Amino acid sequence: MTVVLETRNLCRNFNALKATQDVSFQLHEGARHALIGPNGAGKTTFINLLTGVLAPTSGEVLLMGQPITRLSRHGRVRRGLARTFQINQLFPELSVVESLGLVISERRGNGADWWRYAGRLPGLGEEVAQIACDFGLDEVLDQRVADLPYGKQRLLEIALAIALKPRVLLLDEPAAGVPEADRHEVLARLAVLPGDVSILLIEHDMSLVFTFASRISVLVEGALYAEGTAEEIAADERVKAVYLGEGDDE
Amino acid sequence: MTARPDPAASAATDTAAADTGRRVVRTMRRALRWSLPEILFWLVAFASIFLLPGQHLILTEIAILAVFALSIDLILGYAGIVSLGHAAMYGAGAYAAGLYAIHVTGEPLTGLVVGAAAGAVIAFATSFLLLRGGDLTRLMVTLGVAAVLFEIANKAYRITGGADGLQGIWMDPILGRFDFDLAGHTGYVYCLIVLFLLFLLARLVVNSPFGISLKAIRENPLRASAVGIPVNPRLVAIYTLAGAYAGVAGALFTHTQQFISLDALAFQKSADGLLVLIIGGTGYLYGGMIGALAYKVIQDVIANITPQYWLFWIGLLMVVFVLWGRDKPQRIFATLAARLRHRREGRE
Amino acid sequence: MVTLIFDGLAYGMLLFVLSCGLAVTLGLMNFINLAHGAFAMAGGYATVILTNQMGMPFLWTLPLAFIVAAVAGFVLERTLYVRMYARSDLDQVLFTIGLVFMAVSGMDWLMGSQQQILHLPSFLLGRVEVLGVNIGIYRAFLIAVCGVLAVVLQLLITRTRFGSRLRAAVDDQRVAHGVGIPVKTVFAVTFAVGSGLAGLGGALGAEILGLTPNFPLEFLIYFLIVVSAGGTSSMLGPLYASILLGLADVLGKYYIPTLGSFMIYAVLVIVLVVRPQGLFARAA
Repeated sequence: MTVVLETRNLCRNFNALKATQDVSFQLHEGARHALIGPNGAGKTTFINLLTGVLAPTSGEVLLMGQPITRLSRHGRVRRGLARTFQINQLFPELSVVESLGLVISERRGNGADWWRYAGRLPGLGEEVAQIACDFGLDEVLDQRVADLPYGKQRLLEIALAIALKPRVLLLDEPAAGVPEADRHEVLARLAVLPGDVSILLIEHDMSLVFTFASRISVLVEGALYAEGTAEEIAADERVKAVYLGEGDDE
Repeated sequence: MTARPDPAASAATDTAAADTGRRVVRTMRRALRWSLPEILFWLVAFASIFLLPGQHLILTEIAILAVFALSIDLILGYAGIVSLGHAAMYGAGAYAAGLYAIHVTGEPLTGLVVGAAAGAVIAFATSFLLLRGGDLTRLMVTLGVAAVLFEIANKAYRITGGADGLQGIWMDPILGRFDFDLAGHTGYVYCLIVLFLLFLLARLVVNSPFGISLKAIRENPLRASAVGIPVNPRLVAIYTLAGAYAGVAGALFTHTQQFISLDALAFQKSADGLLVLIIGGTGYLYGGMIGALAYKVIQDVIANITPQYWLFWIGLLMVVFVLWGRDKPQRIFATLAARLRHRREGRE
Repeated sequence: MVTLIFDGLAYGMLLFVLSCGLAVTLGLMNFINLAHGAFAMAGGYATVILTNQMGMPFLWTLPLAFIVAAVAGFVLERTLYVRMYARSDLDQVLFTIGLVFMAVSGMDWLMGSQQQILHLPSFLLGRVEVLGVNIGIYRAFLIAVCGVLAVVLQLLITRTRFGSRLRAAVDDQRVAHGVGIPVKTVFAVTFAVGSGLAGLGGALGAEILGLTPNFPLEFLIYFLIVVSAGGTSSMLGPLYASILLGLADVLGKYYIPTLGSFMIYAVLVIVLVVRPQGLFARAA
């Protein structure tokens, strides 16, 4: 089983606060791996370290066996690492078509083409349409992203990452803030993600975690507290104790 | 955990996807089409050559101001960079073109290239300072760069003429045939054509994948880098291009005025450019041109009433305009345009 | 050489008094007030008018300069600035540039464009030998007054209730509002005091900086450099930055006359390259 994403003794301090403590973590190919932990455990910090939004105080990050610790954010994306954000990070004034088209043409290497109209790129429209249909966004293609209802925005958030055709996908609470009624749509998309994409999922919603994940890591106060298969973690008394007092269903 | 695709359902979605695909391609191609107002605008602009022969001098000023404002639109309207010192590139282009005409040759077209290069070099060299820090830093850096160039031009008076200005610029006829005449006819046609060509290039660039990535960077730099856009190189690129445009504007000024003063590098110039663009609206390329027209008209009116203190009224205009809502003219225009489009689409 | 350092120190302290209001406004309201220099100019002209035309003793004009500028600041803040707090950076820039243009042109109309000569009282003029060093009395006066102001400000901010409310509001506006701090009043008072200080600085500096209607634009870059280099999270940052800038400018102009005026830009570039968030800002 190849390790696609790995950290070795990863640490991140904010002055006195040890946000990430000596985390050595491995994500395997094709994984459906969840990262859980109480609030403030440092899960998003960890994702930020993996994607280059934050630089580690010490330690290494490796993608496909290659060190990427000093690689730029966009460089990591080029190598196949994509993420979604807990709070939607979209392009409000762009349309859905523009947003998706932008990501796809960037992936294809046409991102810097200044000498031709984006509309003339061959095959771009078809691929945009395909992703839009997959994510139920085909009705709102022309709309400004800022005008979309929250549920559609969340779907777009994930669609943008999928459009990158990543090898490794980091999902930061994909169902966050999505009303009960629209959750199943989000979950349905996650379920049909290609098998060769390795996925790390941060979630608070335990039902989603146990439906989706085959492996679970538990992060507490920046350190890896426990790790194992879904069944092992579900049965782990210490993990339950850490969550006592935490509402574990949203 | 992947669901197994259902063959019948996927066939149905394939046709739906193909339909959507065609729709998407149509939407994407829409940006390429020249709308009726656009075509009319340029027809009127070129018609003014023949219809308004007595106004060519002021129209030339408007055209040059429009090129300058267009260059600011590229960085402000599309990349979101607020600059208080764009005159640095304008002045660099103006002085470079002037010195080129004096010391090398008065041929204007190569002079334009020299002006563009000067603007581009200044922009490129200082772009790296803009990448660090936030808006305040950028304001300060751009202000500082323009101030430095102003000081250099001032101190190096043996080369630049300092506060007296650069004189003795004689321009050769364009393409060997068209002399720069006192009535400004040649000058205007020259500037208008350059404006049009630069506009065409800008139109291509902002609607290219590169241009759309700039809008993404402006909207959300964090997400832009998270989808693989190399933010800094793109910003450097557009800033350099905008610098070249500003340099061309400066060169056009030198060629038509045949005299440059330190005003070309003054804060006033940068502020004027910003104001012109704001009046016309950012982010749709025509703002600079419309704004230049409006600004010159307003300036003329005010200068006639109070020649010495017109700066006060310009300031008041800015304050009122911003308080009232500087996107209001654009919004009114957009609502009208949308209503026209609905009516037309309803008829189709 | 020591004389120069002394001069640079005086210049720097003056810059501090001029700029600290801008630093606080920026840090507190996240508002880019490019018209800050206009308040300084108002104070400067107030002093000139009171001293030259009304014969008031110079020292008495100083608090009045403060008051004039503070009142102007308060009025403008309550009527105009308050509408701009939520607007974009570009809007704020355009708005304040418009205000500056109005102030510059307005003052030109009111007082003419010539540089104003301020008649300082004789006991502040001249030079004195202290410990073998030749120092200007007015420069010494500046250092003393500005030093006292700096200390008073620091005490106000750290030891008074208003100061802690101010610091809370700077740290997190929403939370401050949530615990009952009258954020709007804090803003208004702070803006008024900041403008008043600028006015006081303009009055103090009228003699050595040169007072013309173009003052706000001429010195804008200095204020911005102080605020960017010094950061907005404490008094000390802008203080050190101002002194650094003052020294760089004076020493630069003396030792390298042709390039002297570029020294401040060199400071600017160095600060940006080394610490883009400001030399003395608290680490994020």
